[in-house]
Amino acid sequence: MANEELQSNISEFLPSATYDESGEFLNVSIASDDLLPLMKTLYSRSDFQFDYLFCLTCIDWKDHFMMVYHLLSKTHNHSIVVKARIADINNPQIESVNSIWKTAELNEDEVYDLFGVQFLNHPNLRRLFLEEDWNGYPLRKNYTDENMIKL
Amino acid sequence: MLLEQDHITEEGEFVINMGPQHPATHGVLHLKVWLDGETIKKIEPHLGYIHRSIEKMCESLSYRQFIFTTSRMDYLSAHINNQACALAVEKAMQVEATPRAKAIRIILAEFTRLASHQLWWAAMGLDLGAVTPFFYAFREREAINEIMEETCGARLTQNYMVPGGVMVDIHPNFQKRAKDVINQIKEKAHEYEELLTGNVIFQQRLKGVGYLSKEDAVSYGVTGPTARGSGISCDIRKHFPYDGYEHLQFDEILETGGDSWARYLVRIAEMKQSVSIIEQLIDNIPEGDFQAKTKSVIKLPKGEFYQRVETARGEFGVYIVSEGATTPYRCKFRSPNLSNLSAIPKMAQGAKIADLMAIMGTVDLVIPDIDR
Repeated sequence: MANEELQSNISEFLPSATYDESGEFLNVSIASDDLLPLMKTLYSRSDFQFDYLFCLTCIDWKDHFMMVYHLLSKTHNHSIVVKARIADINNPQIESVNSIWKTAELNEDEVYDLFGVQFLNHPNLRRLFLEEDWNGYPLRKNYTDENMIKL
Repeated sequence: MLLEQDHITEEGEFVINMGPQHPATHGVLHLKVWLDGETIKKIEPHLGYIHRSIEKMCESLSYRQFIFTTSRMDYLSAHINNQACALAVEKAMQVEATPRAKAIRIILAEFTRLASHQLWWAAMGLDLGAVTPFFYAFREREAINEIMEETCGARLTQNYMVPGGVMVDIHPNFQKRAKDVINQIKEKAHEYEELLTGNVIFQQRLKGVGYLSKEDAVSYGVTGPTARGSGISCDIRKHFPYDGYEHLQFDEILETGGDSWARYLVRIAEMKQSVSIIEQLIDNIPEGDFQAKTKSVIKLPKGEFYQRVETARGEFGVYIVSEGATTPYRCKFRSPNLSNLSAIPKMAQGAKIADLMAIMGTVDLVIPDIDR
């Protein structure tokens, strides 16, 4: 499906979404509350069928967090990037997509570990790389550590 | 942290820790395994023993420097990782590598894949109790490493790719040596078949072990030879060609078995495929510059750039978020091994503990790439 068609089909059931086509993929920006309904539709509707989540990550934009999901459909061979904005920087929370794509489990653990984003309904949310009692979340922009060296 | 009372659960399941210093995990991977007798009930991976936070480091490194951190991730696909970063920067700068650089890149990437698969084959035998293959595979791998050493100046972390091309031109001996190695590999290929592929004991350790269905493989985001063993067409070189793979003659290798044996066959066939790709190019390296002209200080335009390549283990992605500065604002590496690892608990469920070696062997994990 072409990007314009994807865009108009998504607008039908989620009018609040905004789009950006300047990059390689079609970017869909949504609020974090809309994430799970949108993802379920993208996965299950026969004209979308985004069955493959190939990159899941987070960006710290200082005043908000942005979850970024790169999706690909093996059947239709089209891609899309879903960006969910998390406005609350003190207690970032978002729904887990593990129930849709199993690969999300470890990737969300990683984001929780390094950004401190809480994933709701995640089966086993834990610090994947760092110790359980590690202070702070290293990939946040305001993270400091006494042993850090300025390069 | 594992407490003493955790060793036996209330249901009578026995909990053991495989790793981080286990010889069959090839690195510091720690798997917590719940067992009922010898049968695996559940596996939970514990990671981070070699976590260096490369993504954080990249935020303070320039676009020429950050490429070299990726050699330390999947060190067996160092070239291909570097290539992904170089391609991502080129895509953002809208510069294209010169034809000569592209050919050199592909030849070296395929040599890297060969060397990586040979190491896998060697260690695969070792894991299942066959020591001899190790020496056979290292004979050929050594020859490839010598090519790398001569042209790139390093054997493992080559750091040879730069935005716009390659760092220096190939060594005058390069073509002759490459042809010698190719001939050697083709001559000795039958030994590989005789030692392991045709070995009945080895076949029975792999056939029907660690089954991964097509649906599960897609859901877990499995890529590379592991996914192609389950019949998923996912070769990035075919689907999203880069650096001129689209002009080469090769077919994607697919097996539909989904078990460890299918994954084994895919990798063996990929070795032959890499040899044929190198043969197509080795006499046809175009003349010209080995590097396109780029500014010494690279500034990328504002935006987001994603580049994927096919490493020896699957899809490796570089995701750069640029704010127009000389360093990335955020740099994410999509590692093939993390996704492949996440499928191991599924594959091993219900298998015997001894089969876990065969499963991990055929998935071929490199731990520093998981931890980053």
